[in-house]
Amino acid sequence: MRVELIKRPQQSALFSAVSPFIALGLTLIAGAIMFSLLGKNPLDALYYYFIDPLTGIWDPFNRWQLHELAIKAAPLILIAVGLSVCFLSNNWNIGAEGQFVAGAMAGSMIPVLFPEFHSWIVLPLMLIMGMAGGAAYASIPAFLKVRFNTNEILTSLMLVYVAQLFNDWLVRGPWRNPEGFSFPGTVRFHEYAILPQIWPDAGRAHWGFIFALIAAVAVWFMLSKTVKGFEVKVLGQSPRAGRFAGFSASRMVFFAFLISGALAGLAGISEVAGPVEHLNEKISIGYGFTAIIVAFLGRLNPLGIVAAGLILALTYLGGEAAQISLQVSDKTVRAFQGMLLFFVLASDTLIHYRIRLVASPAAKPAELAATEAAGNV
Amino acid sequence: MKKSLLSIAAAAAVLSLGTFAAEAKVKACFVYVGPIGDFGWTYQHHQGALEMQEALGGESEVELAYLESVPEGADAERAIERFARSGCNIIFTTSFGYMDATNAVAGKFPDIKFEHATGYKREHPNVSTYNSRFHEGRYVQGVIAASISEAGVAGYIASFPIPEVVMGINAFVLGAQSVNPDFKVKVVWANTWFDPGKEADAAKALIDQGVDVITQHTDSTAPMQVAAERGIKAFGQASDMIKFGPETQLTSIIDDWGHYYTERVKAVIDGTWEQVDVWEGMAEEHVVMAEYTNMPDDVKAKAADIEAKIKSGEFDPFTGPVNKQDGSAWLAEGEVAEAGVLLGMNFYVEGVDDQLPQ
Repeated sequence: MRVELIKRPQQSALFSAVSPFIALGLTLIAGAIMFSLLGKNPLDALYYYFIDPLTGIWDPFNRWQLHELAIKAAPLILIAVGLSVCFLSNNWNIGAEGQFVAGAMAGSMIPVLFPEFHSWIVLPLMLIMGMAGGAAYASIPAFLKVRFNTNEILTSLMLVYVAQLFNDWLVRGPWRNPEGFSFPGTVRFHEYAILPQIWPDAGRAHWGFIFALIAAVAVWFMLSKTVKGFEVKVLGQSPRAGRFAGFSASRMVFFAFLISGALAGLAGISEVAGPVEHLNEKISIGYGFTAIIVAFLGRLNPLGIVAAGLILALTYLGGEAAQISLQVSDKTVRAFQGMLLFFVLASDTLIHYRIRLVASPAAKPAELAATEAAGNV
Repeated sequence: MKKSLLSIAAAAAVLSLGTFAAEAKVKACFVYVGPIGDFGWTYQHHQGALEMQEALGGESEVELAYLESVPEGADAERAIERFARSGCNIIFTTSFGYMDATNAVAGKFPDIKFEHATGYKREHPNVSTYNSRFHEGRYVQGVIAASISEAGVAGYIASFPIPEVVMGINAFVLGAQSVNPDFKVKVVWANTWFDPGKEADAAKALIDQGVDVITQHTDSTAPMQVAAERGIKAFGQASDMIKFGPETQLTSIIDDWGHYYTERVKAVIDGTWEQVDVWEGMAEEHVVMAEYTNMPDDVKAKAADIEAKIKSGEFDPFTGPVNKQDGSAWLAEGEVAEAGVLLGMNFYVEGVDDQLPQ
């Protein structure tokens, strides 16, 4: 017996639209069962997960949580928007985490190497260098793919570790804060090198979130309203058709990697110049990998990615609220997050495909009978 | 209109709940860098927290809240601020990487007390820092290792080249050399605080290179288990790991945070809390040696003797003459290292078979 996924000839528009809600409903049911088994009130759990972080919308006392939501979502959205261009054009950039770190390092050069250089131009320069650093780092797997036909999944992934270790070496060695008691990490950035907060009185959300929104709208416009966007999709779905249309697949590889590298780099420098305020060895906590989930959760549509990024960020915040209020372990919290992703992706899959059970053609009736007798079916 | 009325009612409900909780008891909150089940660093902090709760009268007196596995980046400040807003009276942040975040939140909540483990920044009067003199235990371990090792080489699984860890390696080497001046230590940098797989690999690599005692500055029990399989001896880390190596563990440096947590939370209850910078060791029982096992009686006696001397203040592990790794003089005869130098230590003493990653 074997399970096959058969592509549906046409997808139900209705179900496509309600699929996220079906997934949410299933998550709520499964989550309620899990929390009940743990002896916690499931309604409380769901409240802390999904409502508590959002109470800031009407309650000024909790408004800081909305800021935290924006801080957590900003790098996820920025990176995922760039990845959507890659994935739509059939370029599998798995190394956004490395490009994030490369951007953070490149942008940090100015405040770390020239700490006396105080001017309003410092921050724009840092952001540009962050984007350039991320893009340059992403051009390596792009070049290798175009020139040597290497597998970009492997090269981009392996370059993540290179970037992380290089950053580790920098902040423990040449860039280490001389007044930091030999602990790893650069000096704290001066005020001209810090990303301003959007609304300083209410919380610490910084301009990185605005960059994420601008990037999402810009890439959405590019993908849906311009010839370039058409080129991205044609080359992604059918490279042969793209060639007939006169599109260059090699140029597309560079285009996709440079855009996603630049946005990952911008996310990196925004994180460092925003909430962290200095470069250290712990900035890389997996945003580049989580963003892959966000990209698919948003169905590779930049506007959908904004929503997906916010939802994923919400589960992080809600998870903490649940840990404190219900005293569940962080493993429970992550299991719940996993359920949400599982149901969303499963619902989407079942809209595009249907399941068919196929009797294994290799199994002869006698063998089948034997396995049945053994109780293995 | 209806909406705003509702929100006022909700806010009032929250406020009244908050004050009620604060009147009934004190709330102590802990931010942990790892899982409470690591049987190492975080486990011991959590044990200390539970001990504190017990000592101060149980759940009815002290409300305990904690967050596990909080990353040390932008997330830390959110976690700490969440605690600050959820009615905590005192917040313990138990890893070095929370330093800036702890100070940032402390600036916003002057009425809440903050206690940061292993850091050096106290930017506001409501921030204290605390740490333990773990290297005192490392010295005792060195004495034991050199006494029982036949190979004359010990393996050291290190986490990250920060002063704390370098200090531990140096104290271990000095302890060992006090018994056998030619004793060598091989160091493997695992670049992790908690990764059982990597730690086990490091232990295997060291044993393959011929060491017959291993010690670790990482938090899992994996090296102890590998040592048990290969039939060599090992030291536990942070907690008593005897059940993971009943035939293997020589002793373990136990981080006992319970006294400190009890003292500090009690000070909050009594209204006597003041900013401190604490660095205490065996004398205050912040560092406790687990029972000496799996070694001859004369080694036990030697270990107990040096432990007693350190505890009474008669002896300091970093007492000259000590040379740096390159042979240059560091401490003259009878000279004791200054705390400032130790807390920023970034060099090896003579006898370490490794190059310090810089």
